[in-house]
Amino acid sequence: MTITQQAMGIQSPKQTRVRGGQILSYLVLLALFFITLFPFWWVLRTALTSPASVFSHTSSLTPVNPTTQNFERVLGLVDTEDLVGDGVVTSYMSTATLDFWVFLRNSFIVAGTITLGQTFFSSMAAYAFARIKFPLRDTIFFIYLTGLMIPSIVLFIPNFVFIRELDWIGTYQGIIAPTFLMTPFAVFFMRQFFLGLNRDLEEAAIIDGATRIGLFWRIALPLVKGPLLTLAILTFIGSWNEYLWPLLVGRDEHVRVLTVALGIFREQTPQGAPDWAGLMAGTAVSIVPAIVIFIFFGRKVVDSIQFSGFK
Amino acid sequence: MSTSQIHIKPKRFILFELLNRLGNNEALIGYLFILPSLIGFAIFFAYPAVRAVYISFLDWNLLTDAKYVGLENYQTLFDDKRFWDSLQVTVLYVLWNIPLQTVLAIFMAVMLERFSTITSSIMRGVMILPWLMPNVVVALLWLWILDPSIGLMNEFLKAVGIGRQPFMGSPDQAIQSIAGINIWRHVGYTSILVFAGLKTIPKSLYEAAAMDGADDLMQFRKITLPLLRPVLVFVLVTSVIGSFQVFDTVAVTTGGGPAGSTRVIIYYIYQQVFERRIKMGMATAASVVLFSILITVTIVQMRLLRSGESDLADYQ
Repeated sequence: MTITQQAMGIQSPKQTRVRGGQILSYLVLLALFFITLFPFWWVLRTALTSPASVFSHTSSLTPVNPTTQNFERVLGLVDTEDLVGDGVVTSYMSTATLDFWVFLRNSFIVAGTITLGQTFFSSMAAYAFARIKFPLRDTIFFIYLTGLMIPSIVLFIPNFVFIRELDWIGTYQGIIAPTFLMTPFAVFFMRQFFLGLNRDLEEAAIIDGATRIGLFWRIALPLVKGPLLTLAILTFIGSWNEYLWPLLVGRDEHVRVLTVALGIFREQTPQGAPDWAGLMAGTAVSIVPAIVIFIFFGRKVVDSIQFSGFK
Repeated sequence: MSTSQIHIKPKRFILFELLNRLGNNEALIGYLFILPSLIGFAIFFAYPAVRAVYISFLDWNLLTDAKYVGLENYQTLFDDKRFWDSLQVTVLYVLWNIPLQTVLAIFMAVMLERFSTITSSIMRGVMILPWLMPNVVVALLWLWILDPSIGLMNEFLKAVGIGRQPFMGSPDQAIQSIAGINIWRHVGYTSILVFAGLKTIPKSLYEAAAMDGADDLMQFRKITLPLLRPVLVFVLVTSVIGSFQVFDTVAVTTGGGPAGSTRVIIYYIYQQVFERRIKMGMATAASVVLFSILITVTIVQMRLLRSGESDLADYQ
């Protein structure tokens, strides 16, 4: 019946409805795609537009008088003083010191160090909680978990005071220290995977005379490579994106990370007519690492989010 | 563990070698494994949690000696109109942020399920992109698009005949705009969580319901929503906790203005430490109050959503 109908080019009402629904859902999908991605294009188009044209051409969808000068400016490749002298700088431009290379480097140092330390030390702890028997093990783990519930602002203020007492304000170690050795989430996350490992391999290794440390380093850790990488990616993104903590302890220019630099750049830009071209060039620079991670590990990040919903 | 160990493999790490020599005492090795994390937890989680409560009893500006004042900070806090205003602003923000974000996320997740594996997989990838960006970046990007005078959004609204809006320039729209910005950043992430929840619902239930003549809407109400509850509890509890702690977006876009209309609770606390006379006691007292509010809200949510139960058993 259906086959004949199709052959004759007749569609039953039901089929038409399904088609209509499908078209509608593809339209919604397209809209979602657009709403998600268009703002990123707008950042790029503004960053590539000459500062004066940003104000004169407000709705052009492509760069107006395309220039890479905004990028050169935020990356400190041109001296803003020179630009003022040459009359290139208009009132639309911020002449604040911009050296995004330094901030980019600082962000890498901070996020990289935290990621290495936190994933390694948290995995060690997670392995012990999953596999080694010692007194108070479950109590200590439970206390770690309660740490998950404390809002970060409660910890930030006393931690700020403590970092200040150590005289670590304005240093890398000040920004890095609180999350270098562990976060409750990292321990919790890795423990789940160590618990899921098959014990047979480890038992065989014990018979072969492997020690606990050997078991951890040579057998267990390689088996959780995937989750370990996922944790590293999540930790890196989290540390890279953090704003409040580095704002509290790392405003000084030589340790200033990108997020803080963008915030300060925004503070310093003239209120009436912000330097949008410069701001968007700085923004574009700061999203590059996230884009790189997205391209290489997007799939992994999505999977890890799906996992996190099920503990 | 065997008592006489035969070391077959060469040891590369002297530290590990030393640890091995300490013997095969499982307990000792266990403690050594958790030692770094224990130090980290003690210094940067447990100690500050206790110290926060202690500091909240002090009159302290960091520069001169602290003075113990008992509950005075809490008294001052509860007498401060700006504190109550900031709580009100925060609740308003949560109410604009969470319901809209959750409904949109469920809608998007259900849609994703209907597409082929490849389409839905690409879409999930795209949807996660805003969440990977720093809050600061997302805030700046939307500050520019929503600029009252030359932002693209107003050009668009003018073109379609709605007319220009002040967005973050007006006390009437500022907190809603900030809620909208954060919905844009989080809705993809949330819908991926919901999507994972949808995957756990047995397909056979829908097939059976369809045979009984239940239409799509009926299936959604009678099967999808109830069985999605465990995931929705997780989504709601975590996103409400996060929503109450909004700061970055406010700090970058409005700085609490205009006229205090976006001074959320964390921004109020931040101002106690940095912008006005430094009042560490007041700041920590406010953070302790926020903590108690969050615990209460979480418990209430868990109760209302009957988080401990699953409905799947009813269907089998």
